[in-house]
Amino acid sequence: MVVQRNSNRQTICKIEKVTDETPTVRTLTFSDDVLCNVLPGQFAMVWVPGVNELPMSVMISPEKGKAAFTIRKYGQSSTALYNVKVGESIGVRGPYGNSFTIKKGKLLLVGGGTGLVPLIRLLTFFTPTDDVTIIMGAKTKNEVFFEDYANRLLDKNKHQVIVATEDGTYGQKGLVTDIMDKLCQDTKFDAVYTCGPELMMSKVVSIATSKGMFVEASLERMMKCGVGICGSCCVNDLLVCKDGTIFDGKTLLSKSEFGHTHRNKAGILEAY
Amino acid sequence: MNPSLFTSIGSIKLARPTILASGILGISLDVFNRIYQAGAGAVVTKSLSKEPWDGYPNPTIFGVKGGGWINAVGLSNPGAPNFAKMISSNKDVPIIVSLVGSIPKDFEFMIKQFEDISVLAFELNLSCPHVAKVGLEVGDDPDLVKKIVKTVKSKTDVPVIAKVGLGTTNYLDTVDAACKAGIDAITAINTLRAMAIDVETERPILSNKIGGLSGTPIKPVAVRCVYEISSQYDIPIIGCGGISSWDDAVEFILAGASAVQIGSAVGDNWISVFDDINKGILQYMEKKGFSKIEDMVGRAKKF
Repeated sequence: MVVQRNSNRQTICKIEKVTDETPTVRTLTFSDDVLCNVLPGQFAMVWVPGVNELPMSVMISPEKGKAAFTIRKYGQSSTALYNVKVGESIGVRGPYGNSFTIKKGKLLLVGGGTGLVPLIRLLTFFTPTDDVTIIMGAKTKNEVFFEDYANRLLDKNKHQVIVATEDGTYGQKGLVTDIMDKLCQDTKFDAVYTCGPELMMSKVVSIATSKGMFVEASLERMMKCGVGICGSCCVNDLLVCKDGTIFDGKTLLSKSEFGHTHRNKAGILEAY
Repeated sequence: MNPSLFTSIGSIKLARPTILASGILGISLDVFNRIYQAGAGAVVTKSLSKEPWDGYPNPTIFGVKGGGWINAVGLSNPGAPNFAKMISSNKDVPIIVSLVGSIPKDFEFMIKQFEDISVLAFELNLSCPHVAKVGLEVGDDPDLVKKIVKTVKSKTDVPVIAKVGLGTTNYLDTVDAACKAGIDAITAINTLRAMAIDVETERPILSNKIGGLSGTPIKPVAVRCVYEISSQYDIPIIGCGGISSWDDAVEFILAGASAVQIGSAVGDNWISVFDDINKGILQYMEKKGFSKIEDMVGRAKKF
């Protein structure tokens, strides 16, 4: 007895597994035959009944027919999702949005925090001949996650997983963008993909563009509808939900709001 | 003679009869420009209040089985003063500024913010069905409507439109009050009070529980209202409610509308919907031998 699926209505999913990634980040896994197959960069609107609904990039699951969300507890809504227990239900609608352009050759991925989610999914779309470098950033050692996951997914590729912590307690000390800058001095990548804090992405896009490299970023904005009606997620004339969440570097650098401002719930621009 | 999409809503002149409805995508001038370039004859802003409003928590929207949406975004908007600043550099886009408030003074304050800004018209939201003390609660009080319209009309030379909906009083009494107070045009209709409950969790889905139904399901109701207003009042009308294709737009025009507003269809078909509808209307006019939109307005009333 199943309610007919409609991407604009919530489908109720029961959480089957909760995995602690760090002291503040968890992955919630559930069965869903639609969200298990989304493209890298696509998102779902996730309903925590009685609390809120928020846009989440869909995380892969190693198990067939399963999907996941990786969430950092931060505000009221994300904390409510973080606290959902095994056996409890969430609602999902989607998938929405476009996806990263799959390129071949020497590929660089730069991510921070839960921005790694679409990048990890992207790894599953590469072919064994691709030479993949992923730089993942965190503030400190106990906030590093998905390092092993990335290594496992890339075990058939020539690859490098570089971890950077701001305080130097693990991996290389510094910002992911500093490491990227150094790497790009003698390596030309065929494509650069990034997702994470917007100031980081802005820098990644600038570095890649200045070297003439193809670059795409996955943007995040406050979202209400997720379907191009409410306009909450606009970046200049673009709607992140409908035109994105993935945009190429050239497009982004032509937008005055990218890397500078985002809108609050009332639609007022606020500086990053 | 080639048919023209030019239309007049009283003194409001539009190159094309398709208008972006209030509440849809309406918070950024860059987005307005894009929608205008995509074919809309004008855009209506989100309903602005005196102060910024955050709106309701999510879920604020829900796709209805068989088509249409239920929403309770809660009139989130940056507030009239911020918004006026944001559109002050506008040169190209015909912008209709939607306003929401409870008393004449609210509207007076907001109109003042736009004194030095080029605005095509004001649209008074007398019909939002999901926020207390404004919208439909105001529209349901014809005496208050009369006072608000009189005040607004005395404070501006810009044309003023009243957007009416179906509340607890006869909406024609609201139309009557607005007309008697000197309104320039009527937009009909707004969303219809509605709700949806999730059977698994047994909860209302929208955070506000009650929202407004829009899209295809409300189109026949909206056509009826436009037809009734057009039959009883000598007032220009903008039709709104479930228009997603050229024939929907033509239906509203034949019922008595001089232009149409499009909202939910943007969520279903994205912004190409304006150009698609414009082209379809033109083809219909060619086929039928109409040269002007005006010649089609209210033709269904002769039967």
